[in-house]
Amino acid sequence: MNFTIPMTAYVPNILFALALLAGIGYFTKNVKKLIRNIKLGKSVAVNDNKPQRWKNMARIALGQTKMVVRPIAGLMHVIVYLGFIIINIEVLEIIIDGLFGTHRIFAFLGGFYDVLIGSFEVLAFLVIVAVIVFWLRRNIIKLKRFIKPEMEGWPKKDGNWILYIELILMFLFLTMNAADYKLQELGTEYYVKAGAFPVSQWIALFFDGMSQGSLIAVERTAWWLHILGILFFLNYLYFSKHLHIILAFPNTFYGKLSPQGQFTNMAAVTNEVKLMLDPSADPFAASQEDSEEPEKFGASDVMDLNWVQLLNAYTCTECGRCTSECPANQTGKKLSPRKIMMDTRDRLEEVGKNIDENKGEFVPDGKQLLDDYISREELWACTTCNACVEACPVSIDPLSIIIEMRRFLVMEQSAAPTELNNMMTNIENNGAPWPYNQMDRLNWVNE
Amino acid sequence: MSEGLTVKTMEQFMAEGKQPEILFWVGSAGSYDDRAKKISRAFVKILNKANVEFAVLGPEESSTGDVAKRAGNEFLFQMQAMTNIEVLNAYGIKRIVTCDPHSFNTMKNEYPGLGGNYDVVHHTQYIKELLDSGRLSLEGQFYKEKRITFHDPCYLGRANSVYDAPREILKSTNARIIEMKRHKKTSLCCGAGGAQMFKEPEKGDMDINVLRTKEALETNPNIIATGCPYCNTMMTDGIKAHEKEDSVTVLDVAELIANSI
Repeated sequence: MNFTIPMTAYVPNILFALALLAGIGYFTKNVKKLIRNIKLGKSVAVNDNKPQRWKNMARIALGQTKMVVRPIAGLMHVIVYLGFIIINIEVLEIIIDGLFGTHRIFAFLGGFYDVLIGSFEVLAFLVIVAVIVFWLRRNIIKLKRFIKPEMEGWPKKDGNWILYIELILMFLFLTMNAADYKLQELGTEYYVKAGAFPVSQWIALFFDGMSQGSLIAVERTAWWLHILGILFFLNYLYFSKHLHIILAFPNTFYGKLSPQGQFTNMAAVTNEVKLMLDPSADPFAASQEDSEEPEKFGASDVMDLNWVQLLNAYTCTECGRCTSECPANQTGKKLSPRKIMMDTRDRLEEVGKNIDENKGEFVPDGKQLLDDYISREELWACTTCNACVEACPVSIDPLSIIIEMRRFLVMEQSAAPTELNNMMTNIENNGAPWPYNQMDRLNWVNE
Repeated sequence: MSEGLTVKTMEQFMAEGKQPEILFWVGSAGSYDDRAKKISRAFVKILNKANVEFAVLGPEESSTGDVAKRAGNEFLFQMQAMTNIEVLNAYGIKRIVTCDPHSFNTMKNEYPGLGGNYDVVHHTQYIKELLDSGRLSLEGQFYKEKRITFHDPCYLGRANSVYDAPREILKSTNARIIEMKRHKKTSLCCGAGGAQMFKEPEKGDMDINVLRTKEALETNPNIIATGCPYCNTMMTDGIKAHEKEDSVTVLDVAELIANSI
């Protein structure tokens, strides 16, 4: 009987492989959708100056340089971030163990393995502390930027859910180790003596007197819930603001390189203006050649934005640093740069769902980003001061979206506030925003 | 307050067959706004004192189009930009100095894409050059021990990372420079940018310039210095809102320097 291994022995391996496949498969499906949605945006030239782009990504995303501008939140975030990256080395071991039915396959590393597991544990503990502080900031201290109107409902729940999941994952990891540590002490077969347990040995105190069988049950349950939890979390990302853990990297790579004050010059406008200023050009001849539909100026919906702006929207983790630095928002205006990003993502998701439901084709739904999501009042409250752009820890540019939408309002709808229309008429008539004669431009010298 | 300023137009330089060292781009505010005109005169006083051969365009100058662009009117902006570029290129202009960070930003960053390539500097950068090269020297007593706080204009600071030039030349007046809590990269806007200067603010519970002047007043200053005609207006109005116009003055860096020579 001993030389045949019953098929049932492979059940855990098969279940594990299936869970892994399902988890990664569904995630891949959603990533494809994500990429498709981002590609709904217009093309934009962002392939210049690669060395600088790599440097920005390394500095801002990997190095977290803009996070630590606010030292408390910054430090906590660095802990969670490091914890996330480093503890994931452990996930590699868990996957190998799960697939091949091994236990602590990396144990052969000996002393180095002890250091690894020991530091994972310390990090896990620090992550728990940081996550609790984050939760307190959101729910008890109620930091202003976390309780703005756009955070009501799902965004608030999403923020807390992420913290709960992280907390649970860390506890499962430590519980698994604690039971393992106990089993190692008892010399249980299969549980190789490996690893250091500076944190979980304290949890192990609760397991004193438990039978080997119960300990194995605890260890296995924690192990399974931990890896299933990770797969769940991976798939939660697409539906959450937490996508930033992945998208922060491409987003900082494709972030703006030119001075913050430099806005794009619209090429379509350049062509028309050149035609107007060229006395030899025949405007009628040009319009006859041009049979295709004239390009829409500015943006009234997400498809009018460029794909980097759409990537920006998916990258936003709703931290609200932009909004807390915005002069309009600080003085009680409706504008919140974070809301601009959240609205853009929500509308893009809506458009994506529309495409899914209509066999890959967008069917107009009578809605758009302008008015249905972002109001004109918000757009006109912006001072274009770039405080939001400067504040963003992952190089999101809400200002570029605001300007693109103002362009639509002004150039497609002539819908600027009256005072601005007067100002622009003055510029057209006499080359200044005020109604003064251009011939008087030098009067100041002799006044 | 005519102080016998010497100002020549580009047209006059052309007639003499000469090229100026720099073109002083006065800007619409500097040409027409009563408060900003004083800044233009102060800057010219400095240029005259340092014997700088400079020209202005006079009636040939037109709005840079910056404010139209921020308002979303790209069409009007490009019309203005290309018309100006035509004039500037025809005169063979190489270097432009302006007291307006908005003109500075658009000419430096947005004109090149439309065919206008110039070395554009803000007047605070140019004054620093004059001081560094020894062409200009200050008496340095007028503002001694005065408390001055500098408000960073968005389009000079964050937009173009010019933070040091205005501060360094302010130091040369021997005044005490006291920074506001939010300065340089995190400076708060005065409220005028993005075409707000020309419209009423949206509904809120405070005006931005009142908030910013509150921050400036927290440094207990004698003078709030700035380097932008629009910031100047906003901060001056803010001081009035706080009823501090008797004890605190808002001055452009150029005015502080002009008063120190």
